Amino acid sequence: MDKILEVRGLSKIFGKGCPQCFESTGPEFDTNICPHCGSVVAAHDLSFDLYKGEILGIMGESGSGKSTAVKNLYFDQMPTHGEAIFFDDDRQWDLFKLNAAERRWLRNHRYGMVYQNPNLGLNFGISSGGNIAERLLMSGLAHYGQIRERARELLRRTEVMIERMDEKPGAFSGGMQQRVQIAKALATQPPLLYLDEVTTGLDLSVQAAILDLILEIQRELNTAMIVVTHDLGVVRLLTSRVLVMKYGRVIESGLTDQILEDPQHPYTQRLVASAL
Amino acid sequence: MLQPILEVEGFNKTFINHAQGTIIPSSNDVNFKVFPGRLTALIGPTGTGKSSVLKGVYRSYLPSAGRIVFRTAAGTQIDLAQASEHQILDLRREEIGFVTQFLYCLPRRGAQDVVAEPLLKRGMDQSEARTQACALLDALNVPERLWSVPPATFSGGEKQRVNLARGLISRPRLLLLDEPTASLDPLTTDRVIQQLDGLKAHGVAMLAIFHHPELVERIADDVVTLKPPVAA
Ligand SMILES: Nc1ncnc2c1ncn2[C@@H]1O[C@H](COP(=O)(O)OP(=O)(O)OP(=O)(O)O)[C@@H](O)[C@H]1O
Ligand SMILES: Nc1ncnc2c1ncn2[C@@H]1O[C@H](COP(=O)(O)OP(=O)(O)O)[C@@H](O)[C@H]1O
Ligand SMILES: [Mg+2]
Ligand SMILES: [Mg+2]
Ligand SMILES: [Zn+2]
Repeated sequence: MDKILEVRGLSKIFGKGCPQCFESTGPEFDTNICPHCGSVVAAHDLSFDLYKGEILGIMGESGSGKSTAVKNLYFDQMPTHGEAIFFDDDRQWDLFKLNAAERRWLRNHRYGMVYQNPNLGLNFGISSGGNIAERLLMSGLAHYGQIRERARELLRRTEVMIERMDEKPGAFSGGMQQRVQIAKALATQPPLLYLDEVTTGLDLSVQAAILDLILEIQRELNTAMIVVTHDLGVVRLLTSRVLVMKYGRVIESGLTDQILEDPQHPYTQRLVASAL
Repeated sequence: MLQPILEVEGFNKTFINHAQGTIIPSSNDVNFKVFPGRLTALIGPTGTGKSSVLKGVYRSYLPSAGRIVFRTAAGTQIDLAQASEHQILDLRREEIGFVTQFLYCLPRRGAQDVVAEPLLKRGMDQSEARTQACALLDALNVPERLWSVPPATFSGGEKQRVNLARGLISRPRLLLLDEPTASLDPLTTDRVIQQLDGLKAHGVAMLAIFHHPELVERIADDVVTLKPPVAA
């Protein structure tokens, strides 16, 4: 198997930061707020590899830095330190050294993102079909008929009722909005998809259907995914490996079944025990 | 002389429960070999760490000590206790299967698709995989009306057979089985034994734990008795 992403020493501080930020925050200090300067150490020294077609989980409590990790890789934020390489077919992208145009190109052609909040991922001012068309246009497809046909196909694939493709996302249920977001993220068949708490807050049966859809897509398109969630059930069903985060640090990582059945770190043990 | 596919030396598993400050000894100095086309049964009273050995080999538990040498289809040797996560995932997809005591699967997927999944992961096309899955469910006495139903609502014994079918279908080179017949009636148990015999004929190596000693008698080629754990 081939690597698609390599992350080394990714750190993100919110605030002005000071030399003591890292050494005075983390699980052993029970905080991610630097006592010297008040900055938030949202993530520190994250390193991991992702292989093509693999689903990696990032789990941890609220505020542990899961979304921060993904937002930095998706260029929604810029990291304070660190390096990340995206391995494309014919070149390697040094992610945190790219200019704005290169970042935009990667987001449009190589990445997909599904946010917990559909407001972030969808344009509520235009129709669902339009949301997908917009993304296809950005990726270079220009023929109206082709765009409409492709949007239709994607919505059908994600089980959104085609007769409703001209309605705006605001008219849809939460579960349907997530399907439209997934359809939009998949429009360009990206090799890497980020999913941040995509089933949180949805009915259990809707959650199940969306998880199922994600797995089917992963198998059909061999899409690599990073799945952020605090739900151990989602971790168990979707991921093959997982990182456990606390106060911005990865405190444990491993094969998903091993992390859930034989956790080594005291914090992971508590997390898993409390979920049973 | 047949070469072993798996050689376990000095395997040990100890759990450390940080919240309670306790150390729980499980498997203690376990040594055995497993051969192609043969079944090795692990026996011993409850709590001697039988399941922990299987999980250690599959790496859903982290071994505390010992070597677990697996001979791959390519002829290389790899210590599963030390192998990387990606090496383990590759082996699980291609060479090592596990029929656990519990079935984890997606709520929306029908039994036949749950069973077909390992074949799809290896790249077989959907309809061929489904055909094989249904044949195996049939052989294991799962009534046809259940094939398209998600197993979430199945009885214990029905779930167990779905789980078995999913483990057997891809004919891994090494198959781990943890009490695969615990909740089955005698007739269905016979069907399972037939299947396992069939796998042996195909050269599959098996490492298994059985609930009933008569089953060990019937199907095991080699028997390993585990020692009680050493108190910490
Ligand atoms: N833009 C920001 N400005 C200041 N602090 C922030 C900002 N974004 C995140 N943080 C802080 O960084 C830390 C990590 O936030 P992050 O959103 O990554 O957490 P998370 O693990 O995704 O949590 P949740 O499960 O609640 O989504 C938190 O303490 C948060 O308050
Ligand atoms: N995940 C675990 N965490 C803590 N202790 C465990 C775990 N799994 C097994 N044990 C303990 O290890 C010992 C052996 O368990 P197991 O391998 O299931 O034995 P057997 O299958 O022989 O009955 C028992 O004391 C059991 O409670
Ligand atoms: Mg978040
Ligand atoms: Mg057991
Ligand atoms: Zn500071």
